[in-house]
Amino acid sequence: MGTVYEELRDLLRAGRPVALATVIAGPHVGAKLLVRPGEEPLGTLGDPDLDRVVARDTLAELEAGLTSTRHYGAHGEAREDAVHVFIESFAPPPRMIVFGAVDFTGALVRVAKVLGYRVTVCDARAVFATVQRFPLADEVVNDWPDRHLAKVGDELGPRDAVCVLTHDHKFDVPAIAAAVRTGVGYIGAMGSRRTHEGRLARLRDAGLTDEDLARVRSPIGLDIGARTPEETAISICAEIVAARTGRQGRPLRDTAGPIH
Amino acid sequence: MRDVLDDIERWRAAGRRVAVARVVGTEGSSPRDPGAAMAVSDTGEVAGSVSGGCVEGAVVEAALEVLAGERERGVVSFGYSDDEAFAVGLTCGGTIHVFVEPLDW
Repeated sequence: MGTVYEELRDLLRAGRPVALATVIAGPHVGAKLLVRPGEEPLGTLGDPDLDRVVARDTLAELEAGLTSTRHYGAHGEAREDAVHVFIESFAPPPRMIVFGAVDFTGALVRVAKVLGYRVTVCDARAVFATVQRFPLADEVVNDWPDRHLAKVGDELGPRDAVCVLTHDHKFDVPAIAAAVRTGVGYIGAMGSRRTHEGRLARLRDAGLTDEDLARVRSPIGLDIGARTPEETAISICAEIVAARTGRQGRPLRDTAGPIH
Repeated sequence: MRDVLDDIERWRAAGRRVAVARVVGTEGSSPRDPGAAMAVSDTGEVAGSVSGGCVEGAVVEAALEVLAGERERGVVSFGYSDDEAFAVGLTCGGTIHVFVEPLDW
């Protein structure tokens, strides 16, 4: 077993969940406790009772994806102020699954990587879904969208995104129908407004309710006049950020209130 | 931390000592959230950031002092004040608390 830092480094590189508690004020400034789900904590804050309480609180913060400073007594007592502990959660990176290995996909993968996503490209057509075409993707999967989501859909949560770029009813209807059955936070589907209307009818035929359809952002992206694949990728990723933060995507010049 | 790991590893492999500065608290408007991290090598190389560029110079100075044993590891705070127009602060008007420590753990 290496040091606390080396264990943290290895878990971060593996994309595994981990949280680090550091005493930033109190008797043992700099003392560390590394917390991993399902494993004993590594390190100590200098007191076994404090370790126990902080390990419990840190695990809860990690599950909620929170980072904050908490205050304790010297032995972990609540409502005391002797020890300040900074608890930093490192949740695994959010995931993006892009269905459709088309021209727009390469640009979307590049922009999503800049934003820190773990990106999967999935297409049923083996000639298009190749690592050579999408060198930056973390994973290129040659499969049908619904079959792929049947395998990984349970892992998707509010921070994750599904982008359907296939442009082909044969693929995008099953992809969207499978995506709305997951807990994924963002579902976007590419297509003109006319394509969108036609697809809505097919999705209703496939059994999707109005509530399901309301989750699908189609045509995909914010209205910034994007034309090239790169501009379109920015438009899509901007919509994903705005969807997560609950903002409208208007110019800050035209809005009031806090920016962050 | 994640975004400065590669630089830290490079410096460690070259036998350099490293300090890490992390945002542990903010008040008011501030560009980076708690957890934003900066790493500084004992030769003064820098990776990452803790603000929009407003206080990085002062954080590097604090980190080098910690590495030289001239300053204890601990929290350094930066905020805007009318009285100290030339002191280091955030142009956006907020306050940030940065924990600076050597990477000896």
